[in-house]
Amino acid sequence: MPDVRIGVYVCHCGSNIADKVDCAGVAEFAGGLPKVTIARDYQYMCADPGQDLIRKDIKDHKLNRVVVASCSPRMHEPTFRKTLESAGLNAYFFEMANIREHVSWVTEGREQATEKAKALVAAAVARVFYHEPLYERFADMNKRTLVVGGGIAGIEAALKIAASGNQVVIVEKEPSIGGNMAKLDKTFPTLDCSACILTPKMVAAAQDENITLYTYAEVEKVEGYVGNFQVTIRKKARSVDMDKCTGCGICYNKCPAKVPNEFDEGLGMRKAIYVPFPQAVPNKPVIDRQNCTYFQKGKCGVCSKVCPTGAVDYAQEDQLVTEDFGAIIVSTGFETLDPTLGPQWGYGRYDNVITALQFERLVNASGPTQGKVVLKDGTVPKRVAVLHCVGSRDLNFREYCSRFCCMSSLKLAHLAKEKTGGEVYSFYIDMRAFGKGYEEFYNRVMEEGIHFIRGKGTEVIQRAGELFVRTEDTLLGKYREVPVDLVVLNVATVPRADAEKVAQTFGIQRSPDGFFLEAHVKLEPLKTATDGVFIAGGCQGPKDIPDSVSQGAGAAAEALSLIEAGKVKISPVVASVDEARCGGCKACLALCPYGAVDFDDEKKVAVVNEAVCKGCGTCAASCASGAMGVRHFTDEQILAQIGEVLAV
Amino acid sequence: MKNGDFEPRIVGILCNWCSYAGADLAGISRIKYPANIRIIRVMCSGRVEPTFVLKAFAEGADGVLVSGCHPGDCHYGEGNYKAYARKVLIEKLLHQFGIEKERFKLTWVSANEGERFAQIVSEMVSEIKEIGPYRPPRERMRELQPGAGTPPAPGWLAEEELETAVAGGAVAGE
Ligand SMILES: Cc1cc2nc3c(=O)[nH]c(=O)nc-3n(C[C@H](O)[C@H](O)[C@H](O)COP(=O)(O)OP(=O)(O)OC[C@H]3O[C@@H](n4cnc5c(N)ncnc54)[C@H](O)[C@@H]3O)c2cc1C
Ligand code: FES
Repeated sequence: MPDVRIGVYVCHCGSNIADKVDCAGVAEFAGGLPKVTIARDYQYMCADPGQDLIRKDIKDHKLNRVVVASCSPRMHEPTFRKTLESAGLNAYFFEMANIREHVSWVTEGREQATEKAKALVAAAVARVFYHEPLYERFADMNKRTLVVGGGIAGIEAALKIAASGNQVVIVEKEPSIGGNMAKLDKTFPTLDCSACILTPKMVAAAQDENITLYTYAEVEKVEGYVGNFQVTIRKKARSVDMDKCTGCGICYNKCPAKVPNEFDEGLGMRKAIYVPFPQAVPNKPVIDRQNCTYFQKGKCGVCSKVCPTGAVDYAQEDQLVTEDFGAIIVSTGFETLDPTLGPQWGYGRYDNVITALQFERLVNASGPTQGKVVLKDGTVPKRVAVLHCVGSRDLNFREYCSRFCCMSSLKLAHLAKEKTGGEVYSFYIDMRAFGKGYEEFYNRVMEEGIHFIRGKGTEVIQRAGELFVRTEDTLLGKYREVPVDLVVLNVATVPRADAEKVAQTFGIQRSPDGFFLEAHVKLEPLKTATDGVFIAGGCQGPKDIPDSVSQGAGAAAEALSLIEAGKVKISPVVASVDEARCGGCKACLALCPYGAVDFDDEKKVAVVNEAVCKGCGTCAASCASGAMGVRHFTDEQILAQIGEVLAV
Repeated sequence: MKNGDFEPRIVGILCNWCSYAGADLAGISRIKYPANIRIIRVMCSGRVEPTFVLKAFAEGADGVLVSGCHPGDCHYGEGNYKAYARKVLIEKLLHQFGIEKERFKLTWVSANEGERFAQIVSEMVSEIKEIGPYRPPRERMRELQPGAGTPPAPGWLAEEELETAVAGGAVAGE
């Protein structure tokens, strides 16, 4: 091995590090460490002059190892690896000491911070001594993209990718795509009808030859890695042969079994064989086996008898298919909070307390009342209350703001006024009209004569058959009870009930609020912890339609930039076997979560399949003979680091 | 020994995807915690060998913190379960070496739990301050006066504990 010559660079990061750490002192200390040829401190190592400094030193001082003490390697390790490469040095002869996130930003005292920084630098120097050159490999990028969830975000993503000529599959768990937006009547701030702008997109997705729709389907398993995912999809039995069905609708007109309609939020009834809503895509029915007389009692069979094309197929079974994809976009959206969790809101206890989505269905011409806003007894309410922030911004329920809830509440107030002509009361904490045209919309609704009461509607009570909303009117400084006929609860936006399972299936992390976690809250809003898996829309947090659409398009761009590149880089950080030491015990074979370790029966040693290995190191950690190692995380490297991290 | 001015030194071995990122977040959010911990990054908590922990104590650590993703969140599926199974083995090993169990911790910290990470470190530092610096058993035995007590008895791995350890891959082979 040629003489090891290490260069150490201590970054000030402006004052971010230098305020707490004596950078010059750390550099001086590093200069005295074994094998260190040169040690410097500098204002901004990641800026061009900083990188030039490294490149020049590599040349002038014949450095063959570099340590930069600055921010987290999760931030700038790739930057400095490139610097080394551009100077003709293998990128893996680099190590970073994290003296910003793990030192200057978290430590009170300057002395402790400086000492800790020295320790981390000493450990990095000890480690880099043992580094070996590694070479990135490339794998072909599968050009097909999987979109999970066919709401507006997913549809937008699919359309954009399809327009580039690449193949997309949408997996949607409901019988139709459309998501929450399909249930809305009008949309703020322009008040254009939701179906009018959504339906063309749904139809375009169904007709696009590059898009395949799997509705009534869910993803069971994801294997592989960016560029080459193998995804197992369960296509649930629809009990209707999609090829034979013409969507004529005779079956559901004749079906005798009636069930509360979930699309109408339980307000109307549907049949056991049904199309969820008139504009559904695909517009073909599905049998809800739980509620179908034939499936529950073994008799009936009306739909099968009346179907002119013989499309009803009771014997149909779930189908499992495994397909390959290069990138995955998860756009599974959100749900709304179960209003019965707060008995004080009166939902489920009083007839005329409904949720915002129920109200959307009431005002909708294709809804259960053909667009008439009526009370349980069929009469038109004279006084309507719209409660903002129900369960949002509330430490007892959800701490966060549901973001579009002020705007949708304003929209509901406007619709209530328009449809009933009565008095409308809006109970709000503060008004958040943040978007383009939103403040203007607020002004417009105010001029319509709606009563704005600045106070959270905290309780709904019923006295002598009359509903009252209780609030503390913070402008009057008084407690008030406002008598009304209908209460609309704009309940909080919450993660889907299966968010945890979905997150685990796709290797996505979640924020404390339960929504999916982006790779960086500001700079990487669409990436996740797993390369090649992107998120878009309401699954990442409450979002209105414009934001969901932008994210859908953005996620498409993320996927397309991978597809266009054609190849994906595969990290060389993988396991490797020292055949001379391997005892052939096979413990690693069983431990590998990817089945990446095989056994060579002739040589009686373990063999790593590098294309499949992801470098977690579980095998190495349990190898009894020390034969199994992980490149760039070898025992030598880690033990050297542990040895020196305590030296100061 | 007076523990008042004792500053324990703790080695933290953190998985890249959750806990290391969580520690980064503590920094980004400028949450202050004691400087007693020095962090080393591994890709997954499943990479942590019992040897790493023993090495840290041999080098004079007063405590070792291993941290990975929450159960179910491991970037590689189940590396953290392997770490959990090895915990049994490590605890037994430490017991046999006469190292107090408070000195070793395995925790789960997600990429979003900066505050939790800072809290775990703070708690561990004060716990270890309580029990004092780590001294190798031999040193302590030498100090023991005749009749002042018996050296810590070796603890053996119980059958069923061995089984969990083997199933989790903590022990290779038979
Ligand atoms: C009462 C109310 C009123 C609103 N009014 C407006 C408005 O006027 N203007 C406005 O801009 N926004 C409004 N919004 C917000 C709007 O609904 C959302 O911005 C939009 O629906 C988000 O789209 P999405 O695609 O991200 O999620 P979603 O609409 O939730 O779609 C997600 C899709 O994924 C599917 N899915 C879920 N889990 C899985 C899984 N595991 N596998 C496969 N598929 C899955 C779902 O079935 C669904 O089809 C309103 C919301 C509510 C609740
Ligand atoms: S990656 Fe965090 S524990 Fe495996």
